[in-house]
Amino acid sequence: MSLRTSRPARAGQYLALLCYLVFLAFPFLWLISTAFKPARELGSLHPTWIPDSPTLENFRQAFDEQPLLRAAGNSLTVALSAALIAVVIATPMAYVMARQRSRLATAATGWVVVSQAFPFVLVIIPLFLVLKNLHLINSLLGLIMVYVVWSLPFALWMLVGYVRAVPAELEEAAAVDGAGRLRTLVSVTAPLLAPGIVATAMFAFITAWNEFFFALVLLKSPEKQTLPVILTHFLGAEGVADLGPLAAAAFLATIPSLVIFAIIQRRITGGMLAGAVKT
Amino acid sequence: MIDRGAWFLVLPALIPILVLSVGPLLYGVVLAFTDAQSGRTEPTEWIGTLNFQDLYHDTLFWESFRIGLLWAVGVTVPQFVLALGLALLLNQRLRLRWLARALAIVPWAMPEVVVGIMWRLVYNADAGILNETIRDFGLGDGRDWLTGLATALPAVIVVGIWAGMPQTTVALLAGLQNTPDELHEAAALDGAGAWRRFRTVIWPALKPVALAITALNFIWNFNSFALVYVLTSGGPGGRTRLPMLFAYEEAFRYGQFGYAAAMGCVMVAVISVLLAFYLVGRLKSGEEK
Repeated sequence: MSLRTSRPARAGQYLALLCYLVFLAFPFLWLISTAFKPARELGSLHPTWIPDSPTLENFRQAFDEQPLLRAAGNSLTVALSAALIAVVIATPMAYVMARQRSRLATAATGWVVVSQAFPFVLVIIPLFLVLKNLHLINSLLGLIMVYVVWSLPFALWMLVGYVRAVPAELEEAAAVDGAGRLRTLVSVTAPLLAPGIVATAMFAFITAWNEFFFALVLLKSPEKQTLPVILTHFLGAEGVADLGPLAAAAFLATIPSLVIFAIIQRRITGGMLAGAVKT
Repeated sequence: MIDRGAWFLVLPALIPILVLSVGPLLYGVVLAFTDAQSGRTEPTEWIGTLNFQDLYHDTLFWESFRIGLLWAVGVTVPQFVLALGLALLLNQRLRLRWLARALAIVPWAMPEVVVGIMWRLVYNADAGILNETIRDFGLGDGRDWLTGLATALPAVIVVGIWAGMPQTTVALLAGLQNTPDELHEAAALDGAGAWRRFRTVIWPALKPVALAITALNFIWNFNSFALVYVLTSGGPGGRTRLPMLFAYEEAFRYGQFGYAAAMGCVMVAVISVLLAFYLVGRLKSGEEK
């Protein structure tokens, strides 16, 4: 591709790249800048990029204003549980979908595509009624159940790709050696799948950690609410927000998913593409 | 390796899917034909298509539907163009490519609520960087972007474009990397210019991916909620009230479960038509291979 790229063309490419870098980075940089600004500077009519006297005051205030630690605890509980349950139940099914050509596998694949498309409002009302009858409204358990099912399509999508990457011949060889099916699965396939399973679990974790709509509808009392819901409390009734603490809290809420995403980024993009391009 | 005895492998995932996903979806369709309301003591009654008739005359709903379409097109199309440009650049051997790659992915990892909050800080009338930049360049005093009747929708659309860049860019980049190098080289040796190379070599190979990601983006955008909820809550004066925000209010503020379910049905119907186009397109492109 790089053959015969003329010098002006190269310069144009770098200019374009620079524009993209600015567009992609500036909101994030502004969030960080705001998070570290003292109230005095935030009130100034001429905001600056770099705080004159950076402070951690906003972070302290954020924890004072809203129960951030408890919310983070709730988010962690919900996201960890949902991610673990999701991969534990999705891995066997993905295995079947990848290895067996059957109506079930076709139907499951179709469902994976379709489930990306329906508006949550059609699902959330009946879910709300069902969970209400089970007394699971305003309960983390109810939300975990919803997140498990909600993360299944993409988890299956990713896992099917990972299973396909494991050569079936390996399993056949083990079978020839006299290993039973379960034994083959556990001792031959599972170890090869492990990295993919971990990546899928991490993605399910991020999805649940970031989710807002279901949490907003299902969790009523502030003691139960997850981080994204608590963050909206900073916005206040009329949208008149205390900018510093708002920015500080928002910044903190992003860190866990950013870190995890950095670790598994390649695997996710690979998994997503395998799904999006092939199927 | 697998046979009929494999049911025990499937059931742990299949049962939750049926109970908590397929079941509620069907139940939701049923609810659309009832007068279900939250917190009401009388039993729910079957009212046939009354909700749909009401919906047909509900100008506010159709207004939100129109805004939803505007938003979905307004985000999906420019985002595709921008992401294509970025993907083409990232496919070149450029310095700083790693940085652009990393930055292009960041919004994907961020909670939508945080993305919304972040852009509210950017758009903030007094303390925001956007107005300050406008003042710096002497382009005027800036304005209240998210609360202005004329600017609110364009302002949230820009955020939607920014937030969805990762998936689109990554998908297109992968599509580009699937195009065979020999074709590029052959085309380059033939002296084909950049535009001709794009049209004759890159685009044909990229088309299936482009079609898939555009269809999915459109659907996701039409159904989106959190971003706009945080940015404007549907205001000012309903100018950014997407269908999902409308249905959410109807269901969980006014308790009109049946009516909101009917809205969901209409949204699904429209989306199904689009999805059908996408699947047919995909089948066709599959046959060509």
